[in-house]
This record gives sequence, structure tokens and C-alpha cells, in this order.
Amino acid sequence: MNETTLEVPYEIPVDAHNPVEPFLRMDRMPHIWCPGCGIGTTVNCFTRALLDSKADLDKVAIVSGIGCTGRVAGYASLDSFHTTHGRAIPFATGLKLANPELQVVVYSGDGDLFAIGGNHFIHAARRNMDLKVICVNNLTYAMTGGQTAPTTPSHVISATSPYGVFEPAFNLVALAEAAGASYVARWTTYHVKQLARSMEEVLKKKGFCFIEVLSPCPTLYQRRNKMGDGLDTMKFYKQASKVRHGAPTSECALTKSGEIVVGKFVDRDRPGYFELLNAQMTETLGERYAEPEVVCGNC
Amino acid sequence: MHADPKGVLTGVHFLDGDHACCEGTLAAGARFSAGYPITPSTEVVERFASRIPTVGGIFIQMEDELAASIAIQGAVWGGAKAFTVTSGPGFSLMMEHLGYAAMTETPCVFVNVQRGGPSTGLPTLPAQADMMQARWGSHGDYGIIALCPNSPQECFDLTVTAFNLAEEFRVPVMMMLDECVGHMTEKVVIPEAERIQVTPRRYTKRQPADFRLYEPLADQVPDMVRAGEGYRFHVTGLTHDDRGYPSMNVETQDRHVRRLQDKLKPLANGRALSETENLEDAEVVVVSYGITSRVAQRALQLARQQGIRAGKFRLISAWPFPEARIAELAGRVKAFVVPELNLGQMVHEVARAAAGKAKVMPVTHAGGGVHPPETILNAIVEAVR
Repeated sequence: MNETTLEVPYEIPVDAHNPVEPFLRMDRMPHIWCPGCGIGTTVNCFTRALLDSKADLDKVAIVSGIGCTGRVAGYASLDSFHTTHGRAIPFATGLKLANPELQVVVYSGDGDLFAIGGNHFIHAARRNMDLKVICVNNLTYAMTGGQTAPTTPSHVISATSPYGVFEPAFNLVALAEAAGASYVARWTTYHVKQLARSMEEVLKKKGFCFIEVLSPCPTLYQRRNKMGDGLDTMKFYKQASKVRHGAPTSECALTKSGEIVVGKFVDRDRPGYFELLNAQMTETLGERYAEPEVVCGNC
Repeated sequence: MHADPKGVLTGVHFLDGDHACCEGTLAAGARFSAGYPITPSTEVVERFASRIPTVGGIFIQMEDELAASIAIQGAVWGGAKAFTVTSGPGFSLMMEHLGYAAMTETPCVFVNVQRGGPSTGLPTLPAQADMMQARWGSHGDYGIIALCPNSPQECFDLTVTAFNLAEEFRVPVMMMLDECVGHMTEKVVIPEAERIQVTPRRYTKRQPADFRLYEPLADQVPDMVRAGEGYRFHVTGLTHDDRGYPSMNVETQDRHVRRLQDKLKPLANGRALSETENLEDAEVVVVSYGITSRVAQRALQLARQQGIRAGKFRLISAWPFPEARIAELAGRVKAFVVPELNLGQMVHEVARAAAGKAKVMPVTHAGGGVHPPETILNAIVEAVR
């Protein structure tokens, strides 16, 4: 708290152990994440972004899928939804469309968003749906015991690739850009300030925004690949990361132990879903068009 | 509460069942639909897409049925009344989210215009073979409501009822049309808005500090909130306690899952929806639903002409199954005849409720057409022999 000079628009309880407590469901602590896991670090950054963006927390909703990162919604003291595996984005789409005044954040893992949920990701990006998607990428299915994900780099050992992964992995930032995202960035859990700033930026930006956060899974990924513990991974992130804002996303693929290009790669303005909807309907229907409000037939 | 006149197309119309169903959603207050095209159901959302921009609301065509069936639930928690529409293969894909709606008690409506299956089956031809899937298709134990219209007029009326029941009991409600009912065109009378009763969402009157999202009231149903109102609530498909927090223990599981079934008990008996004829003196009762009930009507007529005391029991709410009514009838009739466009589904429920007190005869049909009335008549004759 000593070095916090920011305005704090909420009351920190006198017995609080940590200034982020008002953002968390403290009655659900302790959380389920392992020692050395990076998900908690990202949540810390997210609370800082909420604080810095001066968001009205009553109007922020968070939607998660299934998996370790899928549990974030359950710990956030916001309107929060823990949905089905892979379907956080379509749930969030319905929530946003029905209640456009909500700031809807999707917070989930790489397996959830890019394997089972991959189709929804590209379509929401194509529509430029006003969703802020934060993907904690630990390069594996952690909740189920460390199986191969579509993000697992070649040669990595996993529970379902005991002799090493040979399928090529997705380059998430290139995928997001190609599908139409308005904002694309990548950081690691070593880059807490940059990550918090990126999160704050997307909370203020319209359209489909995507942040990939590389995060250690010491229990299943690092251990199985003899890559050390959480601290060793921080050292690796520090040494291997290179900040290259605006780098072509096609050059940002991740490998097992090679360079990690981080930074903000895409920040562009495309018309959003509501803009396009309203323009099209006004053009074709004129005054007969009834712009959707907070949808609520007879509620 | 009365319907919002904005959505009500008051008047006398010549509509098919799919279009009438769409008008029912609008009259009921639905202002959000997410869909994915599939024959023979697509006309419902095609009409919604055409109507909703002037009423005020959203139709979004999603990338698949999984997306459609969860997008509507996001919309519900955002404050909308919402529905999706599908047929066989799409219904199969929606099963996970049917379970999510049951588990999280998200009021919403799934319209299934049934076609022949399994798999791609008969895309343009009728069946009634998803009846057990509607009840049991998602994993785990839970309760749902399913309604079976047999005319375009009922497609309108029962769609309004479906939304009302969804709100009252906080369950997913299934409108189980079949291709014939969906595509037949008949007179549909849509009343004035003030003559259409709609059930508002049961929003809590409690303040956030006193509110527990899954604390059941006297009717075993909890009150609801929507996002953005300061309640900072949590919804999860995991087994959860009264606060909505995950709770992985035997006691919570038992209490929660039993309640998901028990809250629907009033609909299983006293409030079950059915249409009956000539049950007073009946020696044989034809139990049917949807298009098959209209074929059965002819068979019943022919049977009466032959002097057979045949009665009609048409299931309108098929789930929860009206077992008390069937059990009562079983005590005083010789037999039930159960024609369905499947190889025997609801007939098992009839047999279970009859508990051996009356003979139960299925009249099966694999789908793709309807029974010739004579087939049902033959079963009636056989039943009383």
C-alpha cells in the first residue's frame, strides 16, 4: 500500500491483508491454484486495471469457461459466470447483446478458448463483438492433468504426448489478428506492469480485444519438461522475452525455449457489432427500426 | 402482467406452426433469439429476424447450436427473455446447455421442430423421436418441461405458456413441435395484448447484502437478479450452495439436484396440461400428442362408430409426465393405445404409470409420415378384444 498513490475509489477494510481484497470473493479463499501458478498474478493485474480504468464495478461482468483459468470468474467480486467448456465467448455474446451497458470480460485458458472454443473465438473476432478476452496461456490442459493443448509447443512432453508433441501449435496472436480482433497483445506473468496497462487499455477500447498472457504451470508443464519451478519460469520469461510493439504477429509464434515476442501488436478501429447493426437497419428500415435497448420484454 | 403490445400481432392470420411459434415468442416478451439454421425449424427464426428490428431486440445467427443455446442464457442473465430453435441434430448439440440451464436455473425456451432421426435422418419429414431426449438428453438428474402443440394456433398459445412456465419455475422449457405441425398452415387468432397473460421474471426485492442467489422460496424456486444491478452474483454449472458458490459435497449435491426435480411436481399432477374426450365411459384410451393426436382423432371417431367406448387423452405437457392422471385412468379402463412417430417412447411412461392395471399397446412408426388412422383403429379394436 505504501507506494500506491492512485485514488482508491473503494474502501479497503481495515483488516484487509491485500488491497485487492475488495475485488475478490474473500469468502471463497483459499483459491485452488498451485504454488507458482501465474493465474493469480494475472488476476492481480486485472484488479489493478479495473482500479486504474475507474470502471464502475457494478457494470463489469466476467465470464469464464472451464479449466484452471476458468475459475477466475468464481473469485472475482463482480457479476460472474462460470459457464461450460469452451462456451464463455458465446455466453458473453448473449450477455453483451442483451445488456449493452455492461463491460463484458471473458477470462479463460488456452485449451478452453482455442480448442473446444476455437470456433467461437474466431466468430466473435469477425463480428468485432465488444468483448475483452483475456487468455491465460499455460501451454497445457492443467485442470485435467497436463495434456497436450493446441498451444503446446513442439517437442514438449505432456500427459498425452509422452514421447513429445509433434503437431504444430496455434500462434494465438496471429489467429486473433487474422480473425479481425481490434486489439491484440501478448505479455507474460513476468510483465505485470505492462499487462495491467494492456488490460486497462482494453477496458477503455471498443470492440473485440485480445490479450494473451503466458503463464507457468509448474505442477504439470514445467515439472514434466524439467523446466524448474515458478521462479525459474519467471527467470526464463525475463531472459527470453523481447518487447516488440507492432511486430508482425506472423513472426510471434512460440517455441519450447526460444524467444518470446511480447508487446502490443494490433490496435485498430473497426466498426463494432452494434454500429454495423444500427447502420444496416437504419439504412433499410429507416424510422421503423427500433434500436435495441437493454432488452427486457416483460421483465 | 399483460403482454407488451409492441410484440403482439393482434388479428386473424393464416400461419404455419413455425411462424405462429415465432409470434408466440414475441407476444411472450422474448426480445432475444440466437439460432443456427436447420430444417424444418428455420422459419421460426427467419420470421423473428424479420420482425425483431421493428419491435426492438436482437436476433443473432450464431456459428453453431452450442453457441446459440448458450448465447440465449447469457442474454437471460443480462435481463432478456430468450429462446433458440432447432431440430434433431441441433437438438443433440444443445444438450450440454440444456443441462446448464437446468443446473443454473436459467429460464429459457428451446423450440425443437422434430424430424426423422437418428443422425441426419429425414431433414424434411416428421417424427416424434426426441421425446426421451428432451427429458433425459443431458447428463445428470434434473427436471424440464416439454409442451406438444398439435396446431399452429397451439404453436402460438403454448409458446406464450412455455415462456410463462420457464419464468415461474426457472427451468428450460421445450416446445416439441414436429415437422407436420411446424409446416401446416391454419387459422391463428392472436388476441389483443391486454388479453395475453405473461409471467414477469421473478426478480428479488431484496437488497444485495440480504440476497442469496440460490436460496429457494416456498415453492422451491429461488428468485433471480440480472447482471449490472450491483448484486455481484456468481453463476456456475458446478454443484453450488445457496450463495451460488461451488460446493463439492454429498449434502449440497443431494439438496440441489433433488430440488431441480421436485420444484416441478405441481406440473406433474394438478397443473398438467391435457385435452380429453369421452373418458367417462371409456374402456380404451388413446394417449397421443402432436400431429399423431390429429390422426388419432379420426381413429377414435371410427372406433365410436363401431360401438367401442374409446376415449382420448392428449398430452399437451408431456414432461413432467402426468402420471397421476394416467394411474387414475388405469384403474378403470381396459387398455391404453399409444401411437407415436417413434419406436416407442412416451408409451414407456404410460406403462410405468399404469403399473400393470391396464394393458398398454404401442403403435409405432419410424417417422417420415404419419400413421394411417386405420392402424390406430386396429390397435383400439385389438385392445378391447
